[in-house]
Amino acid sequence: MALQMDNLFEQVERETTENLTILGAINHGLKTLLEMDERILVLGEDVGKNGGVFRATDGLQKRFGEERVVDTPLAESGIIGTSVGLAVNGFKPIAEIQFLGFIYPAYDQIMTHVSRMRQRTMGKLTVPIVIRAPYGAGVRSPEIHSDSSEALFTHMPGIKVVCPSTPYDAKGLLIAAAEDPDPVLILEPMKIYRAKRAEVPVGYYKVDLGKGRIVRKGDDITLIAWGAMIPVVEKAAEEAKKQGISCEIIDLRTLYPIDRDMIAESVQKTGRAVIVHEAYATGGLGNDIVSIINDTSFLYLRAPIERVTGFDVPVPLFALEEHFLPTPRRVLDGILKVVHF
Amino acid sequence: MNPQFSLKKIIDDEGNLLDSSYKSEITDQLTKRFYYHMYRIRLFDRKSISLQRQGRIGTYPPFEGQEAAQVGSALALDENDWMLPTYRDHGATLTFGFDMTKTLLYWKGRVEGCVPPEGKRIFPPAVPIATQIPHAAGVAWAEKLKGTKNAVIVYFGDGATSEGDFHEGLNFASVLKAPVVFFNQNNGYAISVPISKQMNSKTIAQKAVAYGIPGIRIDGNDCFAVYFNVKNALYSARAGNGPTLIEAVTWRKGAHTTADDPTRYRSDEQGNSIVDPLIRLERFMKKYGFWEQDWFTEIDEKIKQEIESSVEAMESYPDPNVNDLFDHVFAVLPDQLMEQKKSVLEQLRRESYGTSNG
Repeated sequence: MALQMDNLFEQVERETTENLTILGAINHGLKTLLEMDERILVLGEDVGKNGGVFRATDGLQKRFGEERVVDTPLAESGIIGTSVGLAVNGFKPIAEIQFLGFIYPAYDQIMTHVSRMRQRTMGKLTVPIVIRAPYGAGVRSPEIHSDSSEALFTHMPGIKVVCPSTPYDAKGLLIAAAEDPDPVLILEPMKIYRAKRAEVPVGYYKVDLGKGRIVRKGDDITLIAWGAMIPVVEKAAEEAKKQGISCEIIDLRTLYPIDRDMIAESVQKTGRAVIVHEAYATGGLGNDIVSIINDTSFLYLRAPIERVTGFDVPVPLFALEEHFLPTPRRVLDGILKVVHF
Repeated sequence: MNPQFSLKKIIDDEGNLLDSSYKSEITDQLTKRFYYHMYRIRLFDRKSISLQRQGRIGTYPPFEGQEAAQVGSALALDENDWMLPTYRDHGATLTFGFDMTKTLLYWKGRVEGCVPPEGKRIFPPAVPIATQIPHAAGVAWAEKLKGTKNAVIVYFGDGATSEGDFHEGLNFASVLKAPVVFFNQNNGYAISVPISKQMNSKTIAQKAVAYGIPGIRIDGNDCFAVYFNVKNALYSARAGNGPTLIEAVTWRKGAHTTADDPTRYRSDEQGNSIVDPLIRLERFMKKYGFWEQDWFTEIDEKIKQEIESSVEAMESYPDPNVNDLFDHVFAVLPDQLMEQKKSVLEQLRRESYGTSNG
């Protein structure tokens, strides 16, 4: 009977939704995980009593206690380094790095240990941690708070990288990341943390890692983006529509491993592609996507692939950030260039 | 120098017992155990250098001179404790139960040498400097959360104390009161840089003051001083009193690695005044009636046989499997990696048929 009640309860929870922002969905996701699995710990700077500088962990310490939601010393390498030890010794830490621009002291730990422990020990010791980090420009943050350095991590073997753009995906990818046997870095789009609300299931669900999402279907051109660039690309697609151009938009969601099948299928249909990211062009993930299209769909192309990205300059102080970031206007120019090739 | 951090010894260079309060604890069995392990890793170390010189293994970092520090600390551990070594601490891992053949395989470039044996809680050697120190804080934190009495020992050299991860690890562990012993082997040199250029503080032990934890400076060539002080620190960790920093002052007799030429940065005479830790223990044993020539002949033979058969096992070990290049990067291989793996296997298949014409 108890089991039936549990099942019923689960079913009701899955069907019950709540109207949440991306931040709210992350908070719910963390709560779901802390409830489900006692090995889960949430740790980072200001995540406890303060509930995180963005309030992503709001209320969690009060509910789950100081042992499971931990205000750590201010040290990124220490946060990730101790997470390695916790994970090898049976826990599942979800570490918050306050801003992606501050992750660099931990880069050594991620590159030399987090991503390599499984391979170095032939699977005997593993580090199934989740690292969450808000990223990106466009919210007039102080210096260094606005980086978009996903390519530093997609280049790194042994770690998965995801980037949600909707509340539903934010929670579903977080739960999938926490249950993944390998380390996962979640880039959270700071600019759209509170931009929109959507219905999010109250209970447990997952969004598979490695799978993109078709934001809208279209026939003439494929637009590929992720995170905070999705609304920008959507605006550009609206403008293009007025000119009779039908855009298909792919939200990549997982940046490693990339959903190559979805990209190939779409580009083979449209014959055209524009890739949009706010990170720098040189060494950016857009180049890998060009390679994927080259490998899978070269003979389907009707025009060269266009990239619309941040420029190869350090992310500027915010007075100039609007000129640094791809805008709907720049994306539209890219679309028109490809379509009218 | 602050007397709080003066060098603690239990036996002196001539093998005299300086602190008689340990007399009842220094048994025949314990003493012979120390000598056995120190002699074993000494012979292993020398054999490894010779194997490298013959091209039978790769670059090798010798630890000769540090045997008392490594054996004394390793023997202080309990079965369920954790050990986090660096690349120069295979004397400690061998003593704690790591396989000798696997140790040789590691220096032959084989990943099998990183895999801890079943039931042994040993991390793969840390190669970047000091990165293992925060790991140890995390492992110990986990033991504390689980409510066990297990403790952790982490090894690092004098150079590591300059790294940020040294500070972050000690800081985390002290804030969390994590059951960990930070075991520093101050062997005088970080490759070519002497300790005087590494830091302005007089001792490494005194750095503990900044973290509000005990700091102890011991003679790292006195196996008894190492053993009993590490044991005390582990006891304190298990009792919930948090971490201890131990500075074991020792001497790297040889080169940094077999690729290093120490005559470029230190004279041959330097270190001559330091009494070899094995000689020191032998003097003690002879003085106090623990030395038996028959026993020595027996262990000498046994160890040499063990080393020979480990070398043999290393050299007859199955060839590396190219699948291992890919199979342990993720739990489940992503498609991209699967394709790369297939292409390598395909290439090998073509080569093995001798029809590599494409």
